[in-house]
Amino acid sequence: MNKSLMTLISLATIGAFVLTACGGAATTAAPAATSAPAATSAPAATAAPAGEAKFEFFSWWTAGGEAEGLNGMYKVYKAQRPNVEIINATVAGGAGTNAKAVLATRLAGGDPPDAFQVHAGLEILAYSPDQYLQPLDDLYAAQGWDKSFPKDLLTLLKYNGHYWSVPVNIHRGNVLWYNKKIFADNNLTPPKTFDDFFKVADTLKAKGITPYAFGNNGGWEDAFTFESVLLGTLGADGYRGLWTGATPWTDPRVAKALENYKKMSSYANADHAALSWDGAAQLIVDGKAAMFIHGDWANGYFSSKSFTGYGWAPAPGTGGIFHVVSDSFAMPKGIKNPKNAKAWLEVAGSKAGQEAFNPKKGSICARTDCDMAAFNDYLKSSATDFAGNALVPGTDAAANPKWITAYKDVIVIFASKGDVAAAQAGLQQVCKDAGICK
Amino acid sequence: MRRLNRDRLTAIALISPSAILIAIFVYGFIGFNGYASFTRWDGLLPDFTWVGLRNYEKLFASQRFQIDIANIFTFTVLFIPACLILGLLWAVLIDQRVKGESFFRSIFLFPMAVSAVVVGVVWRWLLAPGTAATGSYGLNLLLEQIGLGILKNGWYTDPQIGIKAVVIAATWQMSGYTMAMYLAGLRGISEELREAARIDGASELQIYQYVVLPLLQPITLSATIILGQIAINVFALVVSMTGPGPGFSTDVPSLFMFDTTFRGSNFSQGAAIATIMLLFISGLVIPYLIHTSHNEVQA
Repeated sequence: MNKSLMTLISLATIGAFVLTACGGAATTAAPAATSAPAATSAPAATAAPAGEAKFEFFSWWTAGGEAEGLNGMYKVYKAQRPNVEIINATVAGGAGTNAKAVLATRLAGGDPPDAFQVHAGLEILAYSPDQYLQPLDDLYAAQGWDKSFPKDLLTLLKYNGHYWSVPVNIHRGNVLWYNKKIFADNNLTPPKTFDDFFKVADTLKAKGITPYAFGNNGGWEDAFTFESVLLGTLGADGYRGLWTGATPWTDPRVAKALENYKKMSSYANADHAALSWDGAAQLIVDGKAAMFIHGDWANGYFSSKSFTGYGWAPAPGTGGIFHVVSDSFAMPKGIKNPKNAKAWLEVAGSKAGQEAFNPKKGSICARTDCDMAAFNDYLKSSATDFAGNALVPGTDAAANPKWITAYKDVIVIFASKGDVAAAQAGLQQVCKDAGICK
Repeated sequence: MRRLNRDRLTAIALISPSAILIAIFVYGFIGFNGYASFTRWDGLLPDFTWVGLRNYEKLFASQRFQIDIANIFTFTVLFIPACLILGLLWAVLIDQRVKGESFFRSIFLFPMAVSAVVVGVVWRWLLAPGTAATGSYGLNLLLEQIGLGILKNGWYTDPQIGIKAVVIAATWQMSGYTMAMYLAGLRGISEELREAARIDGASELQIYQYVVLPLLQPITLSATIILGQIAINVFALVVSMTGPGPGFSTDVPSLFMFDTTFRGSNFSQGAAIATIMLLFISGLVIPYLIHTSHNEVQA
């Protein structure tokens, strides 16, 4: 009796396993393609009823100002479409590393979200736009967006002659932040060129003040700051050419940029490997260092610490140039709620939507006609620059992820070894590997 | 082949669900990973064009990977002996039947219960050197205050030291585990053996050298294997403590794999790194498994 019971139970167990495998695959729980460490919150959507009642938006905006900004935009959307249930599908993990993997799985698996977040520019290549995404040219024409966004930004957004995403916010990468008190005490003005920067740094160093705050514990900060140095040394066109193959990385100006970066780093705090970018920003807040070259999310950091004694200027050599880091929304093919998704994109590109989103996120509108009253002083000045400056794409907009990572690795080694010739050869090699340089 | 009687069928039936699941989700996926490492998959969407050993050639030629291999080797060679020696030391001390034995046992074992991320962050602060302008932080500050200021250094911010600073944090976390294993082993050595040695005129030190330590060899072996596996796989600790470090001085293969796969979307390269790591660990574990299975057969 016991043995038959055991056999029965075993067979039932095996049967249960087989049934779960064959059972309906209704849930859209996205399996992490490889074992991503951060927890993924699987989007909760199940088969939607006919007649679109839902809208699923996929992003990595899970916390802080980003989540608040997104909720602000949801409110604007809800006011227009009160009967739509918004599914806020988010995947935590810095810079969307986990989210991108989940998104790719869903796109390839035939279960796309209705809309998703992606950096404006060539990051769209990761998702095979011709295969998986809907071109948005009609939307742009219908909404008259060629008048709302700056020309350079529109150029940045185009791939294969089409628009693939709607830009929502703009961050600037090439900003020099400085502690106003230290500068006032020492009669200094923000440096406009690299030579000015070195003069200012020498003055401060002689007084025992750390001239330049830097933190590269995350491993990406060297490559990011180097972009500003490349921009300052090569100018907008030279810099753009690096990513299109027009400017070879063996150009002597690139060597000059490497030299500039090396000299700049010599003025940094000695413990930069122990600090991440916010640790370096904290040095400015505490008055322990004078200058900090970083993207304008540092502005968000200063605000969160209620610190107002900071000034800003374009990074040395980059006056009149705006290094764009922009989040945008794209729409895949074969989605469940196309009308709701299209309405969402309209909100995202609209004045009301962008005004609801950006002040909370600490960025400026991609549109040039937002009401600037809700933005702080830095953002107001940034918006003025954005409307008039030459806009250049950052690495995530200008190059594919494999190239960006390889480029970053070359810079990390250069930052430690200081071998300009080897770094230049390495940069040219990774450009060749990416298929852009010959 | 023994008869397929009911007992045997029941046994097979009970094991088969787990066996099938493991075959698919562990070995099947390992196989897929190995396959992916021979393809040209370097974007978010798969591309299974066969390229043979090209990924492996590129990997071994890459500067970052060469540094990683050196780092993981240094880490393993320092971490395992440190854990074994400290673990044995704690175990021997606790085995002396001190008062509050369970209290000390718990204290030494607690670090293992702490998440690797927490360990990493705390040790990042402890070993943050500070600067001349800001003053010393953490361990440097402590050394200064007790008069050992000349021992101050850059810890993980110094490319020459790099991964060795991470060894300190890792040893702090895992030596309690080794201690627990040795304690169990020490308790398993019967008092009669030690008595016999004492009667033969051995000093306490000689007893440890000639009786206790040889009997602890199986434990040393299994602890080495487990610590070796932990060392080669170390990831969370490095990410939260130091990141790749200046000039990749604290970079390890698992961190490179994460970076290239999830940030660089270069899945085939990540798969190649993962396969190499698997081969390293197999080189450690499989001989051990063969050795123990031989022993069991003999017994």
